[in-house]
Amino acid sequence: MTPELSASLWLAAPELIVAVGAMALLMIGVFSGERANTTANGLAVALLLAACAWIVLFQGDGEAFGGSFVSDPFARFMKVLTLLGSVVTLIMSVGFAKAEKFDKFEYPVLIMLATLGMMLMISANDMIALYLGLELQSLALYVVAAINRDNVRSTEAGLKYFVLGALSSGMLLYGISLVYGYTGNIGFEAIASALAGHERQLGLVFGLVFVLAGLAFKISAVPFHMWTPDVYEGAPTPVTAFFAAAPKMAAMALLVRVTVGAFQPVATDWQQIIIFISIASMALGSFAAIAQRNIKRLMAYSSIGHMGYALVGLAANSEAGVRGVAIYMTIYLVMTLGTFAFILAMRRKDGNVEQIGDLAGLSATNPVMATILTILMFSLAGIPPLAGFWGKWYVFLAAIDARLYALAVIGVVTSVVGAYYYLRIIKIMWFDEPVGGFQPMAGELRLVLGASGAFVLLYVFFGAPIGRMAEAAAKSLF
Amino acid sequence: MTDWPILSTVTFLPLVGAFLILLIRDEGDGARRNIRNVALLTTVFTFVLSLFIWAGFDNANPGFQMVEQRPWLDSGLSYHMGVDGISMLFVILTTFLMPLCILASWQSVEKRVKEYMIAFLLLETLMIGVFCALDLVLFYVFFEAGLIPMFIIIGVWGGKRRVYASFKFFLYTLLGSVLMLLAIMAMYFQAGTTDIPTLLTHDFPQNMQTWLWLAFFASFAVKMPMWPVHTWLPDAHVEAPTAGSVILAGILLKMGGYGFLRFSLPMFPDASAYFAPFVFTLSVVAIIYTSLVALMQEDIKKLIAYSSVAHMGYVTMGIFAMNQEGIQGSIFQMLSHGLVSGALFLCVGVIYDRTHTREIAAYGGLVNNMPKYAVAFLIFTMANVGLPGTSGFVGELLTLLGVFKFNTWVAFFAATGVILSAAYALWLYRKVIFGTLTKESLKGLLDLSPREKTVLYPLIVLVIFFGVYPAPVLDATAASVEALVNNITVSLDAAKTAALH
Repeated sequence: MTPELSASLWLAAPELIVAVGAMALLMIGVFSGERANTTANGLAVALLLAACAWIVLFQGDGEAFGGSFVSDPFARFMKVLTLLGSVVTLIMSVGFAKAEKFDKFEYPVLIMLATLGMMLMISANDMIALYLGLELQSLALYVVAAINRDNVRSTEAGLKYFVLGALSSGMLLYGISLVYGYTGNIGFEAIASALAGHERQLGLVFGLVFVLAGLAFKISAVPFHMWTPDVYEGAPTPVTAFFAAAPKMAAMALLVRVTVGAFQPVATDWQQIIIFISIASMALGSFAAIAQRNIKRLMAYSSIGHMGYALVGLAANSEAGVRGVAIYMTIYLVMTLGTFAFILAMRRKDGNVEQIGDLAGLSATNPVMATILTILMFSLAGIPPLAGFWGKWYVFLAAIDARLYALAVIGVVTSVVGAYYYLRIIKIMWFDEPVGGFQPMAGELRLVLGASGAFVLLYVFFGAPIGRMAEAAAKSLF
Repeated sequence: MTDWPILSTVTFLPLVGAFLILLIRDEGDGARRNIRNVALLTTVFTFVLSLFIWAGFDNANPGFQMVEQRPWLDSGLSYHMGVDGISMLFVILTTFLMPLCILASWQSVEKRVKEYMIAFLLLETLMIGVFCALDLVLFYVFFEAGLIPMFIIIGVWGGKRRVYASFKFFLYTLLGSVLMLLAIMAMYFQAGTTDIPTLLTHDFPQNMQTWLWLAFFASFAVKMPMWPVHTWLPDAHVEAPTAGSVILAGILLKMGGYGFLRFSLPMFPDASAYFAPFVFTLSVVAIIYTSLVALMQEDIKKLIAYSSVAHMGYVTMGIFAMNQEGIQGSIFQMLSHGLVSGALFLCVGVIYDRTHTREIAAYGGLVNNMPKYAVAFLIFTMANVGLPGTSGFVGELLTLLGVFKFNTWVAFFAATGVILSAAYALWLYRKVIFGTLTKESLKGLLDLSPREKTVLYPLIVLVIFFGVYPAPVLDATAASVEALVNNITVSLDAAKTAALH
């Protein structure tokens, strides 16, 4: 092994842990037969946590594999978020998988492979690495969406996601080829320096648009959001939780790195696009959610809206903006995981329920659950002093600083519209007559919901370290 | 004693009480009694403690007192608390009304007592915080967070159309406030801080002032509420439980006026002067129009709600007269209205608890079997009209004086509101209290219970005391208001000379 290769492997150690671990788990699963799911799940959690610990404790700064892989504070910040998202969804899925009979050992393996793809996306420093990471993640996700293969809705969700996802990958590839054609480079820094000081070329703008379209699909920003509600509704709930959490972190990180990194010299071009999809996402996320009856569909629109808010920070194209995105994504992750822990616990004797109407009068029948969900909903609506408010505070602060007043005003106004449907859930839980409570929550769901509620409530007192880490992360990109 | 963080203690004491209630198991009557007692003790204790703020307050000092400052979250923000002559009495008003609210809900709230008391105590913390906060973001956090408990209070313990009213209240006020949030961010970048004392001395560029003023206006005008964005108030008042109405009318509405005094006037003096005619127009329309609307009401609470909008018209008018009389009059009017409208809602609560209707037509002749109630209601009605000798008179007189100095016609039109308010208030009183007792449903009504006396009598004493001897309030506010008026005059003169050159 050359010293360069060993240095590269050392830098990418967390990815190696996940990759080798996933393959080993596959073997264990194949040879130990039917009852391997719980073991595989536990091992997957342990391996992902080990990778997470490695990132926090040992991973340094630097580039590897000839500059196509980068490790910097931003990458580490987003990777930790992604890994936590994966770990928590794996933990939450144990009980559900047993009850709904999709406890196959492939599930944790696929989640691990998807997570590996995400880690590579976050660390991608050229277009090839970007594409490889994205495809690894996407292919694993297509299968996971359809994992409950005897269920029509689940297979439909998987197929829908696959068709649209393949289309978006195609667009992304096409965009990459145009960018390569006009700059002659695939490395992000090389693209940036090739663009700097040159007249802007029309073909390159096309390439940029296609690349952004492909990435917008992955964060489900409007107008590339069509798949989201159907997939969220159709996929098994733990899978939906996973979709709402980890892949969003990775895709947002990738989008940030591509725009403020590779395309910094043409910032005015991509800023227009980001502003547009941000406004469209915020507006659609707020208005379309109003009519939803199914809570998973509602969360799909909610996540579309939240991606819009996160993009407000990116549109500012500043260090403060990226810091805002990082903080927003952290808070979004925690709120989403908490909410899905709640949705997984919406269980009556005859199985899980998903309608918002099923929550009626919950504050009387399950007061603790109802109170925590109320806190989460107010936080998602962005009401201070809860964490969701601070997420919005940082992204809008960046937008105001960048003089994007129209974007900021539209953003806060849509957040008022959005508040309506979060309030509706609270109204159903508190103001309506009870229709019968849920069964007691499983221990692991209780833990996730409680931790999420505590985070949201206490961010106002103890949020400073997260802000500082996000600041360091943002600094590394500029 | 000087180092003791008394403002934080008073602010967060109710929260501690709420936490204690959270620990009580909600089972049976005994537990409910405990919950009520803890809530009452907490609020009474908070009130007593808050009197130490007044006792330790130096009337001659126009600046902020009992200041506490600590770093918070981020480089730019800080946990900064303090009171001056403008804010101090609002803190006392809040802590004073709270125990009365708890007492007023003693028997009328039977379901979910635990959640009710927690919501009220939480609300008290947030309201006190609004008046003590000396950091814009801290202010905003308290200001907005108050929506959460109020939403729940209206929605869970309210009347028939409570869901509609609670949503309207929440979304209306939220829409107003988010624009203020953006303005706060813009100020943060302009001045590099969100610290209120620093911002008070900062000069914002003139055209920026206009936008910032409008953004703050959007929030405070809705909160106040000013015509034409007042429509949430009658709904919220009618549907809220009695104590909720008291808090809404008594304190939440005052946040708007307080906001004008704390931010709009001193921070954007040029824009305030520019927009003053606009505010006067809205105020005069509010006074006359909502008084006329009040004349037409069939629901007692709705009538009082519209009368609140009219009275808030005097407040905005006095504030934007931008002179000593006007501003001191506004503060006095707000405090007095806090007592009087709160008391009126409590009076409505007394008969509502007995008959469960708020229709004016359902009453008549109550004086025959509820003489004590009739006297109490009479005193508050007179105070609402602004009869000399009651606190309502002092506020109206001073604001009208201040406005008269500024613009005679505005004062003239506003003064017609006094006549109109007498018309609707006396009409209401005659319909409900006087006449013969013919309705069967009213014949068995008992006069005020000892608990209701405990609630209403202190209010009577204060309303008359401040009507006869307003000096304690005026002395406490004088120095700060004088400083405020001086600052405005100086910066307006500076702007004038700059325009000449």
